[in-house]
Amino acid sequence: MKVAYYPGCTLKTTAKNFEASTLASAKELGIDLVEPGRWNCCGTVHALAKDDVMHHIAPLRNLLRVEEMKAEGKVDDKKVVTLCAMCYNTLKRSNQVFKDDADKRKKVQENMENEAAPYGGSVEVLHLLELLREQGWDKVSGRVTKPLKGLKVAPYYGCLLLRPRGTGLDDADNPTIMEDLLKALGAEVVDFPYKLKCCGSYHTVQMKEAVADLSYRILDQAKRAGADIVATACPLCEYNLGPRQAEIRKHYPSFGALPVVYFTQLMALAFGLGDESTAFGANTPDPRPLLKERGLI
Amino acid sequence: MMEKDKKMVTIYVMGKKHRVPADLTIMKAMEYAGHQFRRGAGCRGGFCGSCATIYRRKGSYKLLGALACQKMVEDGMYIAQIPFSPAEKKTYKLDELKADAATFLVYYPEIARCLACNTCTKACPQDLQVMDFVQAALRGDITTVAKLSFDCLSCGLCAVRCPAEIVPYNVGQLGRRLYSRYVVGPTEHVLVRVQEVEEGKFDEEIKNLRALDKAGLKKLYDARDMEA
Amino acid sequence: MLSFKPENRAFRDKVKELSGEKIDLCFQCGACSSGCPMTQEMDYLPSKVIRMTQLGLEEALDSKTIWVCTTCFNCEVRCPRGIDIANVMEALRTMVLRKKYNRVNLEDLTAEELRELPQIAIVSNQRKLTA
Repeated sequence: MKVAYYPGCTLKTTAKNFEASTLASAKELGIDLVEPGRWNCCGTVHALAKDDVMHHIAPLRNLLRVEEMKAEGKVDDKKVVTLCAMCYNTLKRSNQVFKDDADKRKKVQENMENEAAPYGGSVEVLHLLELLREQGWDKVSGRVTKPLKGLKVAPYYGCLLLRPRGTGLDDADNPTIMEDLLKALGAEVVDFPYKLKCCGSYHTVQMKEAVADLSYRILDQAKRAGADIVATACPLCEYNLGPRQAEIRKHYPSFGALPVVYFTQLMALAFGLGDESTAFGANTPDPRPLLKERGLI
Repeated sequence: MMEKDKKMVTIYVMGKKHRVPADLTIMKAMEYAGHQFRRGAGCRGGFCGSCATIYRRKGSYKLLGALACQKMVEDGMYIAQIPFSPAEKKTYKLDELKADAATFLVYYPEIARCLACNTCTKACPQDLQVMDFVQAALRGDITTVAKLSFDCLSCGLCAVRCPAEIVPYNVGQLGRRLYSRYVVGPTEHVLVRVQEVEEGKFDEEIKNLRALDKAGLKKLYDARDMEA
Repeated sequence: MLSFKPENRAFRDKVKELSGEKIDLCFQCGACSSGCPMTQEMDYLPSKVIRMTQLGLEEALDSKTIWVCTTCFNCEVRCPRGIDIANVMEALRTMVLRKKYNRVNLEDLTAEELRELPQIAIVSNQRKLTA
């Protein structure tokens, strides 16, 4: 099947490992993720002010690209799959505003006058996890050649995959989607109380001590629950939990490293794919010593 | 041809009304009306980007951009010049740069504010896909930045309209430099020729040329290889 | 005792309009504040800011709270009255930003930071905190 895929800026720059592992593992599942020839930054985060129109143009332009792709026969459906939780939230919410508000819809379409045709509102925004759930977890487990036996994975959802209510891809209080995926990969799932807690998000730019504090608490709880490794679905979460551990150590010097990876990297690993696909070399802290210890690489 | 037979139109230059021949460009029409260009004129051939102009058509609310040396006047046109776009240009040593997305962010971090509103593209007198090359820079797609901004004149019309306060022409320039230096790299035949020069292959010939007088040079010149 | 004064009506109505939220429904249960990850950095708790907007107090715009919010929507999920407190925070921020106020400055970031930070951080940071 051919599905439109929206990468988002970060997947092309600092989160190439997320993209590489996704494209490779999706292929194993018979899913061809097709990137639009032309796309723009979604302009995360979703603009909440009720009178705002301008900030919806960027995300909706990308959805227009998907409509174009369908018209050109490049994809099977008017669906777009995204990996970054923030892009997911932004695209989905702007799409909803477009559908609900006739006045805004008109204004946005007028602002797309340079396009061959304005956005029609027919695209469905999905996160990869949703697509996998739709396909069925047996399909995922069917492809596993190297079950992640003995690997204790703590799924970290963060905020924008599940919230606000109505936009999230699973129950905001008791999600199971990441757990289901990890179980299908043969891993041992470690539940911990901070899996839904915010990592500090964009405050990593100017308030990194606050972010370090939040990340410390999240990772500490994961460790106490017995996790070896944390799985995430957002490049900003990955940055705040992973590379920011250096910042954590400035305030908590005895903090031992806990590897943080993208769920698709674990999927690629379980599918028996090579280093180019798992791309663990790009993660900080390096998860490879742990994975070697568990006999997985 | 008599003045009164020539078709004339009314234009307004900085608020003052003038009657000018209809077949002139904005620049020539302003000069016909008595203005002297001390700034804001350069090649007069649509290539240097000095003569950025903002104008309005009669009865229309839209503020449009054009190059004064290229755009023909229209009846009722309302014109204002932008002699200079005072954008900050960052200085960098091309040899020390990395050819990736982060380089664009280091020098022009404001590109992260791009709203994809397309106002820059609408303002461009060269009909370039400005928004697309700014977005390409954000992604680190240097080839696309270079290819789409190739005909950019750095006229500044995009920069004055951008709501995110980006200066697209500077981004394009950085992209083209990175492209030539790191993506395409130095051309083979140039490297070969430089080496030949350094090896002294042409020393004799140059010495002989230097020794010739004017008549001798002219003889050589007249006898040169010419393509039909 | 604090009570609603008619001259504060305009501010309260503006916040309601911009956020689209029924602020009057809040009965100060504090669930939003208890779930908020950033309360340590705040001067007023989220529930207190809601109270201030109910009373139409413009001092809410001077708080540190509105800038420290991460828009994680934990408050929205917890509110028993269905109020999206994050929307209210954004409305308050918007009112300040639209007066040409920038909370953060790109020029304060060093070259190393710009090189190292994931783009998503810079984009969202600028989107939330600049005019």
